Amino acid sequence: MATMGATYDLARFGSERMSFSPRQSDLLIVAGTISKKLGPVLKQVYDQMAEPKWVLSVGACASSGGIFDTYSVLQGIDHVIPVDVYVPGCPPRPEQIIEGVLKIQELAKNESLRRRDSPEYKKMLESYNIETVDK
Amino acid sequence: MSKTVEAYIEEISKDFSSIELSVDNYGMHNAFITKDEIYGVIEKLKEAGFNFLTDLTGSHYPENEGQEFQVVYHLHHFYDNLRIRLKVNLSKDHLEVPSITDLYAGANWMERETFDFYGIQFSNHPNLSRILNVDDMDYHPMRKEFALEDETREDKEDKYFGR
Amino acid sequence: MSEVDIRKQAAVLASTETIDGEIATLNLGPTHPATHGIFQNILQVDGERILSAEQTVGYIHRAFEKLSERRPYNQITPITDRLNYCSSPINNIGWHMTVEKLIGADIPKRVDYMRVIMMELARIADHLVCNSVIGVDTGALTGFTYMFQEREKIYDIYEEICGARLTTNVGRIGGFDRDFNEALITKLRDFLKEFPAKFDEFCSLLERNRIFMDRTIGAGPISAERAMQYSFAGPNLRATGVDYDVRVMSPYSSYEDFDFIVPVGTEGDTYDRFMVRQQEIRESLKIIEQALENMPEGNYHADIPDFYLPPKEEVYSSMEALIYHFKIVMGETPIPKGEVYFSVEGGNGELGYYLVSDGGRTPYRLHFRRPCFIYYQAYPEMITGSLLSDAILTMSSMNVIAGELDA
Repeated sequence: MATMGATYDLARFGSERMSFSPRQSDLLIVAGTISKKLGPVLKQVYDQMAEPKWVLSVGACASSGGIFDTYSVLQGIDHVIPVDVYVPGCPPRPEQIIEGVLKIQELAKNESLRRRDSPEYKKMLESYNIETVDK
Repeated sequence: MSKTVEAYIEEISKDFSSIELSVDNYGMHNAFITKDEIYGVIEKLKEAGFNFLTDLTGSHYPENEGQEFQVVYHLHHFYDNLRIRLKVNLSKDHLEVPSITDLYAGANWMERETFDFYGIQFSNHPNLSRILNVDDMDYHPMRKEFALEDETREDKEDKYFGR
Repeated sequence: MSEVDIRKQAAVLASTETIDGEIATLNLGPTHPATHGIFQNILQVDGERILSAEQTVGYIHRAFEKLSERRPYNQITPITDRLNYCSSPINNIGWHMTVEKLIGADIPKRVDYMRVIMMELARIADHLVCNSVIGVDTGALTGFTYMFQEREKIYDIYEEICGARLTTNVGRIGGFDRDFNEALITKLRDFLKEFPAKFDEFCSLLERNRIFMDRTIGAGPISAERAMQYSFAGPNLRATGVDYDVRVMSPYSSYEDFDFIVPVGTEGDTYDRFMVRQQEIRESLKIIEQALENMPEGNYHADIPDFYLPPKEEVYSSMEALIYHFKIVMGETPIPKGEVYFSVEGGNGELGYYLVSDGGRTPYRLHFRRPCFIYYQAYPEMITGSLLSDAILTMSSMNVIAGELDA
């Protein structure tokens, strides 16, 4: 929350509008611990986003389960959705989150336009059981 | 005029014979009560003024044969500023205790949490189901025989984590 | 008839008088921007009026109680951080005081005053978040931006004492690991000088604002009897009229030395909860000023070598210090057998720790009495019969923090 505040303004880097609907957004920021109960919900939110989409996993708990190696915590969101950039830290400082967003912007800038149609990408999505709509 | 915990317990122990009151070295009064009398005791204490249920939880002591599980109630008397801890010992074959949801509405979720963690059944509870864990979990995780980690995971090998 | 009963009757009448008699099910689902946290409410609505609500929690259950059976006593502090993460020093210090009660340690007065300053700063931070978020939910986004700047100043003060901003892990069993240095005292004095003026700006924005008052008065009321039945505590209970404050009823950490009032509301609705928190921020400022003025001289930690790490110079030169250091780091501390319940006044109410120890290096059983978990069950009762937007306001005014809800 402090990242969007006035001191560490994330809006400087283009992320002005926090869209509250997945259908209208490009970047999914997953922050905090994800438990096994929330896994299917997260997958549903990811499915509702339209291509091209990127995922930023913020914090140690979202990236790998963090200090919570317990029966109820998902050990990393990459068990349910594909992730582009991981930001470590517990909790990460606002500067780290800004760097994560900048790295996503670099990925988006340098990505080939055909990446989302390539067979490797489709294979990766299938490994997560994410259904793609074939044209 | 404010009374002591002993005075309150003495008033109600005419009707309930199983109360064993003691004071531990931190100043807290503990009382062991059987599961048949616990509802009546709490009802009488609530009428006497212990109108705040601070906490309701459970514990598991696998070494005590016949008394493996324990339900712990913390009550608070606001006017006289007294606290009391009530405990009920249960054996694993008869893991049932009456629910106090109609006395204290706040006990609803606390009893669901105790059921979720230990499997202790609360009779007459309006909706005794799992609250914090996944609904289709088939074991009660806080019991001592279950490990902290998820036993079915493959990506973390115990030998690298010192287990 | 009370206000709540009138609303419930209105809801029932409204549902039978609708033109098409249709009742919709609305999922205020787990990932929702208005519910600051992860919990689900399935609402039955008739138009905009809520008829019933069904709650699901547990989406961020991290098994703290089981986790703490695995960790030695001084490693449990980072877990307590993550309970109510908006005011984590209170959780940390509460845990340390629980262990000190178990071992029977004698804490110097200076440590008490330092702890009071940290806890009251945390309380201010927590109430600032809650109140600005009530503002955001009514549409007043400016207050949020301004008050978050003030939170940055509190974070700066935390960084001086413990190095972290949010999950502070402040202090040790027995006191603190370092004294308040010059930089911290300067920052604290600057904060005390500048914050009241900025806070008054925020107050003038919302407290007597016609629109805000119309939105929040009468939204989500609860009576004192029902609140006591549901074991409410903290500002939510005080807004209904019951003046229960753990700092006054069972004083800890020298709170009896300070002069402060406990603000109390009358109706138990959103406006009362907001105003109680506003007044508590002012009272906390008074307490911090008094603590800073009268800070006694002394040591910044208790004299318990079995539990408190010795200074590094001694570890390298003396044998006993080396042995103590080794034992404390390995977790082989001589904790006595016993059972203790200790509670502190957290940002949301009575945060309690029930600790059972069997003499081993980790607790046998540790249970957190989390106020959010207990009072969130009253939410359906508070919103039945009200409009959907009032339900959102009620949730944000109750200050439900997901970390404390699920633990």
